[in-house]
Amino acid sequence: MLIGLHHYLIVAAILFTIGVFGIFVNRKNVIIILMCVELILLAVNINFVAFSTHMEPVAGADPIAGQIFALFILTVAAAEAAVGLAILVVYFRNRGNIAVEDIDLMKG
Amino acid sequence: MFQSLSTILPELFLAVTASLLLGFGLSKTQDRSDIVRNIAAGLLVIFGLMGFVLDRPAGTSFNGLLYNNEFSDFLKAVIGLAAAAALLLSKHYFKSEKLDRYEFSVLTLYSVLGMSIMVSANNLLSMYIGIEMQSLALYIMAAFNRDSLRASESGLKYFVLGALSSGLLLYGASLVYGFTGSLDFETIRASIELTGATSGVIAGMVFLLCGLAFKISAAPFHMWTPDVYEGSPTPVTGFFAAAPKLAAMAIIARLTIIPFSDILGQWQQVIVVMAVLSMLVGALGAIVQTNIKRLMAYSSIANMGYALVPIAAGTVAGIQGMLIFMTIYVISVIGVFATILQMRLRNGMVEKISDLSGLSKSNPGMALCITFFMVSLIGIPPWLGFFGKWFAFAPAFEAGLAWLVVIALVMSVVGAFYYLRIIKMIWFDEPTREFILAPRTVRFIAIASALLVFPLLVIPGTGIGIAAMNLAETAAQALFAQ
Repeated sequence: MLIGLHHYLIVAAILFTIGVFGIFVNRKNVIIILMCVELILLAVNINFVAFSTHMEPVAGADPIAGQIFALFILTVAAAEAAVGLAILVVYFRNRGNIAVEDIDLMKG
Repeated sequence: MFQSLSTILPELFLAVTASLLLGFGLSKTQDRSDIVRNIAAGLLVIFGLMGFVLDRPAGTSFNGLLYNNEFSDFLKAVIGLAAAAALLLSKHYFKSEKLDRYEFSVLTLYSVLGMSIMVSANNLLSMYIGIEMQSLALYIMAAFNRDSLRASESGLKYFVLGALSSGLLLYGASLVYGFTGSLDFETIRASIELTGATSGVIAGMVFLLCGLAFKISAAPFHMWTPDVYEGSPTPVTGFFAAAPKLAAMAIIARLTIIPFSDILGQWQQVIVVMAVLSMLVGALGAIVQTNIKRLMAYSSIANMGYALVPIAAGTVAGIQGMLIFMTIYVISVIGVFATILQMRLRNGMVEKISDLSGLSKSNPGMALCITFFMVSLIGIPPWLGFFGKWFAFAPAFEAGLAWLVVIALVMSVVGAFYYLRIIKMIWFDEPTREFILAPRTVRFIAIASALLVFPLLVIPGTGIGIAAMNLAETAAQALFAQ
């Protein structure tokens, strides 16, 4: 079986959906939410790289931009994880645990 | 090369000075937070006015990543001034909460740098970098009171939902890239012109708009707003409510007008749905609130709904109306938070709406200021809020969205209920508490914004109002001319 663009896109879409659902369904641990965020970003990276390598050479098409975008996403994801974990540590010091169902001091 | 550098001079200036300031604040022997704050506020004012003073040519820089024109200059001015005001408001609050650290000012500068990249972004990549740069600084600012459970909880909520929104935005960006072959706004437009509205592009556009809707807290992506507004330190909330909203609104305008101009029918539906839902949620959710910061959160959701109405029109007048409405909203929201910061008793801040009862007897000046802001937010002429709504709703009406304007007007009337309740409490209820006298800067900013929303600007003869309107119009035209 030849693996084409749509296979990559389907994998990315599945990963993206798992990530989004993981954020909303998970009731246990905030760390899992952080993992889900990474999952979403990596799904997007698969999308970008797959689009970039399968791009038709028409006028205006810029196949390399997608790969550069993927590199930028990796960098920003690292910064985001650093900030997120720092906030989580601060929260843990105040609250004593990081269970999602206990983050309910303010009800929205 | 030098032309490239001169078009991004404001950003460059902010990046360099913010980094220098970060080093300058670091001192073992003395606390430099005051000096750093004052310098940072000065830098923000200079940054805001730079676009007008320098008289640079409009154009792209860095291979088309950024595009500077009157549109971005106008927004940078408003963002810079709003951020400077919010920074000055933070001084006494942080001093009395023993949180006075110079990093806060530097973070403000970095987030404004991100917003500035957002408003001049001409490429999906630079747009993403700008949004992340802004958001990462804002997450930290929300959790800045690190010994408070509420503040760290609000920081955590903001972070999780902000990261999710970035994910949605990126997924949209990847789809748009895949189906048009480019990240550049104008190339995307040319490609869509050629191929028409393919389903991939439409899906990408919807994801992009959903990600941005998180940032402006438009319903149905508003659920973080009340919690983050309540938990964050009050000056931070004031900052959140003003500058980032304007920047995100600008990038929505830019996306809809430049790359997606040919699929107006498609994005219009998304914007209209978000506008209607935001107005509903904002107006109805605010009624049951007892905390004034939560009330302002719902008020901002409703106001974002109003600001989306003129964008849905997709015309020059629409963008002009959005800019005018948002500018007026920023002025009044800074003023409201300056008055909320004055709600201080001997043993700390209070945030209940009922704490304001009978304020007209104990503190008539502050009562008058709040009344001005509330009346302006309701939109009663001759207060400025009325003109904001006029310029926002008229273009939508002309573009054939009459039913949307009717909903907006009905929701304004529903919203008037909770603003009027505050006014009634202030003027007709018995006084319960007496606030201690607020520091001078806070009072000054409250009074200055109150004078601005009172028709000081529209008094015939001064010409300030006309000049501001013309600025907004040039800005809107520049966006379309690109």
